[in-house]
Amino acid sequence: MTSHSARADSAGIAGSARALAERRPLGDRVFQALALAAGLLVLAILVLILVSTTQQSTTWFGKEGITGIFSTTWDPAHNKFGALTFIYGTAITAVIAVILAVPVSVAIALLLTEVVPYRWARPIVYVIDLLAVVPSVVWGLWGVQVFAPWVLPHVYAPVARALKGVPVLGNVFGPSTSGAPSGPAFFTAGLILAFMITPIVTSLSREVIATVPTIDKEGAYALGATRLEMIRGVVWPHSQGGIVGAVLLGLGRAMGETIAAALVIGSSTQITSHLLSPGYSMPAVIANQFGEAFGEFRSALLGIGVLLFLLTIIVNVLARAVVARNVQRTRGA
Amino acid sequence: MQPRGRKRVAAGIGGIAALAVAVSLSACSSSPKPSGGSSPTAAPLTGTLNGAGSTFQTTFQQAAISQFKSVQSGMTVNYDPVGSGTGRSDLAAGTVNYAGSDSPIPSTETDFTGKGTVLYFPVVIGPITMSYNLAGVSNLKLDPTVIANIFQGKITTWNDPAITALNPGVSLPSQAITIAVRQDSSGTTQNFSLFLQTAVPSAWSLGSSSTISWPHSAHAGSGNSGVAQIIKSTPGAIGYVDLSTAHASGLTYASVKNSSGNYIAPSAASASASAAGVTVNPDLTFHAVWGSGAQAYPITYQSWVLVFEKQPNANDAKMLQAWIGYLLGDGQSLLPSLDYAKLPASIDQMAKAQLSKITG
Repeated sequence: MTSHSARADSAGIAGSARALAERRPLGDRVFQALALAAGLLVLAILVLILVSTTQQSTTWFGKEGITGIFSTTWDPAHNKFGALTFIYGTAITAVIAVILAVPVSVAIALLLTEVVPYRWARPIVYVIDLLAVVPSVVWGLWGVQVFAPWVLPHVYAPVARALKGVPVLGNVFGPSTSGAPSGPAFFTAGLILAFMITPIVTSLSREVIATVPTIDKEGAYALGATRLEMIRGVVWPHSQGGIVGAVLLGLGRAMGETIAAALVIGSSTQITSHLLSPGYSMPAVIANQFGEAFGEFRSALLGIGVLLFLLTIIVNVLARAVVARNVQRTRGA
Repeated sequence: MQPRGRKRVAAGIGGIAALAVAVSLSACSSSPKPSGGSSPTAAPLTGTLNGAGSTFQTTFQQAAISQFKSVQSGMTVNYDPVGSGTGRSDLAAGTVNYAGSDSPIPSTETDFTGKGTVLYFPVVIGPITMSYNLAGVSNLKLDPTVIANIFQGKITTWNDPAITALNPGVSLPSQAITIAVRQDSSGTTQNFSLFLQTAVPSAWSLGSSSTISWPHSAHAGSGNSGVAQIIKSTPGAIGYVDLSTAHASGLTYASVKNSSGNYIAPSAASASASAAGVTVNPDLTFHAVWGSGAQAYPITYQSWVLVFEKQPNANDAKMLQAWIGYLLGDGQSLLPSLDYAKLPASIDQMAKAQLSKITG
């Protein structure tokens, strides 16, 4: 009995695990195979999409070259397909969205975890999650039918008038060289995108903040810290990395958002510092122009899709990496 | 999303109109129709035809599909308005039986290389209006040069001497001009720009394409209805929209100077007149813009149904003959109520004569 148990202690664990694996019922093995196949399928689809779209965009890549692709002229009537204006539009609207959404989202997350009691937090969470359920086409239609016509005379026009000629601010929110501000514009698109990414940034931030150990927080209170000092001293250092990850995920979503951006960005191919002017983004140009495109035009749109795909993958990988590193760091602490 | 939504509504209206026609047709079908030449042979066919392409054809296709049920009850026809370019590549890929296209296959499009002969069947003509929003001005006259300069951002106010010269006796305000254009790529844009390129090649430098690099001051809307909405809500706006949308939105539109020097308002009749005065190629491709003829409305465009000459089987060939035969025959009578124009008789005859080329 004793010798037997000693053996079980040392080598027996591995042995019995192996035996268990061998004796696994058929159902288990089938399930494992199915799960593995499902996982591989997703990967395969991703790779196939990338391969086939890249293949179809070779005409564009080949004809325009790097300088052509990153030129600012998009003029299908004269066979000029430069994508820089769309890359600029995508970047600028996503950045506007993040700048507007992140402070609000983090504030809401802190409110929910640190300020209001749990039974009040739940309905608030519910309402914010509802924002994520609103289909993007509804955001877009609301943006172009209701928001843009309202905001132009009530906000954009007075702001542009007031800031005309003011250094820096005048270049961003003042009237552009091509005239008065426009309802559908870079800023409108950024604002709508901000609404759209608020739920995801909020819920991820809330989860990160919720992992702050209660004992640390109570320790801070015990040392006489106010709530603000506790948040700054304990919650913030602990969840900083996770929140950065949440922000990057929001950024990825904002960059890829298609139909809402297509409806409210104004569809004008230009690079300008004037955010109240109409612009264009990468997904928007694909959605708007694919239907009647052919030849190099079609190839160029698919190529923009490939660029966008790569861009969002990079941002997402970066986000995951930041989150993963942060989780490891905080576990170690 | 938005244009399709509107099309659905329009299709609904079309459906009602079609129903009314159906009722009147069935009322007179008790006596044998003497003009049976256009209606397909009575042999019942069964099967499904799938088409895709031009959004311009949507209301016509949908009205004709619901009508066609009474001609061939065993046949199902589906039409997906995905845009001409996508429709053509779907046809080349073999995923649809026919494509709707607002332009002939461009020489640079390689999808059809080595895939056999494609037949063109013109099915519909339509005018593009120059709709505008100017309080108190209801009879604006424009010529191609002025239109070209407005849409290139060279004429920026309504009381510009170039416009007032065309409109003696009309008091035009000093209001700024807002140009309304399509944000989606479109056959309407393609044919509007083709009109300017054909009529005033020296004044128009933006080329002709489904997407134009407009001046940055342009306001872009989605679909004909999106452009119409911009015009309606922006005093001083002018844009190009098809006639049915202009009517549905209650817009005012200009008379445009044609190649004979007359100012003509857009209508089904003046559009047909423009198409009647153009040169038709042996393969039935043509451009209805800038047609000759005293009563021709110059900004007129056309759309084709494209099919492969050689079909995979005899039944597909017969079904396509029946369906396209219907579009060219009785289907044409649906067009005026949908704000399209009928094909001129000469072109219609050429298209019908070509039906027998579809073989299985």
